[in-house]
Amino acid sequence: MDHSPEHYYVPPQSHWPIIGAVGLFCTLGGTALTLHSMQQGQVSLFSQIILYSGVMIMAGMMYGWFANVIAETRKGLYSRQLDFSFRFGMSWFIFSEVMFFFAFFGALFYVRFFALPWLGGEGDKGIAHMLWPDFTAVWPLLSAPDTEQFPPIKEIINPWHVPVINTVLLLTSSLTLTLAHKALKLGKRGMIKLWLTITLMLGLSFLALQVVEYLEAYQHLDLTLRSGIYGATFFLLTGFHGVHVTIGSIILFVLLIRVFKGHFTKEKHFAFEAGAWYWHFVDVVWIILFTVVYVL
Amino acid sequence: MYEQTKTAHHGPAKGLMRWILTTNHKDIGTMYLVFSLMMFFIGGTMAFVIRAELFQPGLQLVRPEFFNQMTTMHGLIMVFGAVMPAFVGLANWQVPLMIGAPDMALPRLNNWSFWILPFAFLMLLSTLFMDGGAPNFGWTFYAPLSTTYAPPSVTFFIFAIHMMGISSIMGAINIIVTIFNMRTSGMDLMQMPMFVWTWLITAFLLIAVMPVLAAVVTMMLMDIHFGTSFFNAAGGGDPVLFQHVFWFFAHPEVYIMVLPAFGVVSQIIPAFSRKPLFGYASMVYATASIAILSFVVWAHHMFTVGLPLGGELFFMYSTMLIAIPTGVKVFNWISTMFKGSMTFETPMLFAIAFIVLFTIGGLSGLMLAIAPADFQYQDTYFVVAHFHYVLVPGSVFGIFAAVYYWLPKWCGNMYKESMGKLHFWLSIIGVNLTFFPMHFVGLAGMPRRIPDYALQFADFNMVTSIGAFLFGATQLLFVYNVIHTVRSGKKAPQKPWEGAEGLEWTVPSPAPYHTFTTPPAASEK
Repeated sequence: MDHSPEHYYVPPQSHWPIIGAVGLFCTLGGTALTLHSMQQGQVSLFSQIILYSGVMIMAGMMYGWFANVIAETRKGLYSRQLDFSFRFGMSWFIFSEVMFFFAFFGALFYVRFFALPWLGGEGDKGIAHMLWPDFTAVWPLLSAPDTEQFPPIKEIINPWHVPVINTVLLLTSSLTLTLAHKALKLGKRGMIKLWLTITLMLGLSFLALQVVEYLEAYQHLDLTLRSGIYGATFFLLTGFHGVHVTIGSIILFVLLIRVFKGHFTKEKHFAFEAGAWYWHFVDVVWIILFTVVYVL
Repeated sequence: MYEQTKTAHHGPAKGLMRWILTTNHKDIGTMYLVFSLMMFFIGGTMAFVIRAELFQPGLQLVRPEFFNQMTTMHGLIMVFGAVMPAFVGLANWQVPLMIGAPDMALPRLNNWSFWILPFAFLMLLSTLFMDGGAPNFGWTFYAPLSTTYAPPSVTFFIFAIHMMGISSIMGAINIIVTIFNMRTSGMDLMQMPMFVWTWLITAFLLIAVMPVLAAVVTMMLMDIHFGTSFFNAAGGGDPVLFQHVFWFFAHPEVYIMVLPAFGVVSQIIPAFSRKPLFGYASMVYATASIAILSFVVWAHHMFTVGLPLGGELFFMYSTMLIAIPTGVKVFNWISTMFKGSMTFETPMLFAIAFIVLFTIGGLSGLMLAIAPADFQYQDTYFVVAHFHYVLVPGSVFGIFAAVYYWLPKWCGNMYKESMGKLHFWLSIIGVNLTFFPMHFVGLAGMPRRIPDYALQFADFNMVTSIGAFLFGATQLLFVYNVIHTVRSGKKAPQKPWEGAEGLEWTVPSPAPYHTFTTPPAASEK
């Protein structure tokens, strides 16, 4: 095969995409079937089997597909131009994630600055106050207009306890990940392992504290998904962020295994950089989230 | 796997597995186009049901519940199943050929993007057979109609939308990366063919707004299954929030469905006028302006929902601004034709019809943009007329034009010109018979999405239905022509169109399975 810089590697047929399509179909179809049967008040074994086999197919697909790509890159099939394709691809993927969070932050903004004041009788559409004349619009909204359907919250999470610790954890993890990257560029393999392990530990600690916080919210503060728009936006934003930290931790874990296996060179380590971009992105989302969801 | 099948420099594999496992942009483009055609006929069948019921006043054929399912599914299938995949298919075939790339930048991802779609539509179509029926809340699925009052199948609808979104985002990433990274040396951004430019901007829009669609259906899912109150004022949420998030997605989506058609027309008009495109740079800037403006006009779909006055005014004026770049484009196309040596082959006929009829749709859009006037037009057939004028003789004619223009390159055979012309003339008669009277009944107050209507609308509705049947039946001619061309048409030369420009005409017809494995020289222009 021609390895001149002009040659762009076009992979031959691959069975991973169709496996991925079937896996996605089973995962999402199984989720839909499960929710659908729960709505009818049943427990459906069939739908759970579909869901879990879907998840397993997806996991297998991810493993196989990435293994395939790693094997190809280690054989030197990839040119510089192809490296750029991966870089552009990852950047635009992160942009799509930015827009996903943007929509949820936008919803929070709209509710706080338009919908709730109107329900409380202020502003251009304050006539909406006639729906629930006893309702007062405050933020954080502890008590929704209809407290029977949406039971009130006792107290919200204090941002200066667990959340501020979490902020420190995530900020530190971004720093240690950068140190790991620096070590990688200098070829200090031992230091990469050290800093990467610390980063992963910080990420997992964050997740553990987030679980503690959720338990506290549900068990002691009556802050739940069902407690009106405050609970809904709180759990949606922190929840999706948590999902992203989980994905990021899995990525870091895979990177760590690969470092132990001796992958990555000083010059070529795009997977590492992509993982780092993702982690920094999740970190930035958290900073915005800490500010507008917890503090303000 | 990759060890054994080093087929990179050979022809396609044999049998069904060729299509399932392929990483070739031409195979994947073909699959997108065939899939889109199938969806076009499924969605078209639903339009048939709608128009048959509306042929006369009164309820004749279907129950109102089923009628609502038909309008909903017709819209969803045509938008997500027919128009969008058709343009992605065109991009798959043409973008690498037009920029001198060996394939798409990420070929395996490309295959995944496609194969998610059939599964997504399997899920969506399966809702027709569920208890409580398919989604019946309109393709815009406004809450609380789609949350509190939705049929149980809404859960499957939500996940089908998620799959379509993943497919679109991955496909768009691939196109954008291909355009940025795979151009042959010497082709600057400002030398790219217009079709490539419009797709670059479309791909940007897709990556920006498909996640917002995913977000809005996720909030629906939470409201339905997990007791949240995003779209429920009793919990402090707002049903209008749904409309804001939805239209923040769906207005750019409208341009996603028409910008590639602009690109197609910008290729075809110069080819058959035998003149270069007038005002190339202004065309690029106009397209980019339309895309940027599309993010700040969304609430013009919601004038009557109860917006603050400042909002009504802002969205009215920002919407009107879009007429300026769109006007630039229309005048550029006309100027391209001015004093050209024009001939009127089928692609050109569709392209010219596009300009005329799309402009009619654009002008009715301007009428709808005027907030006080919109209070009258909201939810009438005038709106239906407007968006069908931009989508059918707009997007769909753009797709027809592209297929006739590039089919000789794809399959190596020439289509039957006489049958293409017949397809064009019957289509244009059918389209106008169908949609023009909708302006009149709409202005007279006939509401949309209703299976029955007042007697004074009867004549125009019958005309509309006859036009729709004619338009639908005419499309069989197109299918016959394409199949006949692929199977046994007469051989096409490398460059069947005398005035056509671009790298795709420098490769043989049919384009070999692998093209440009070494980058070609960009033609000096």
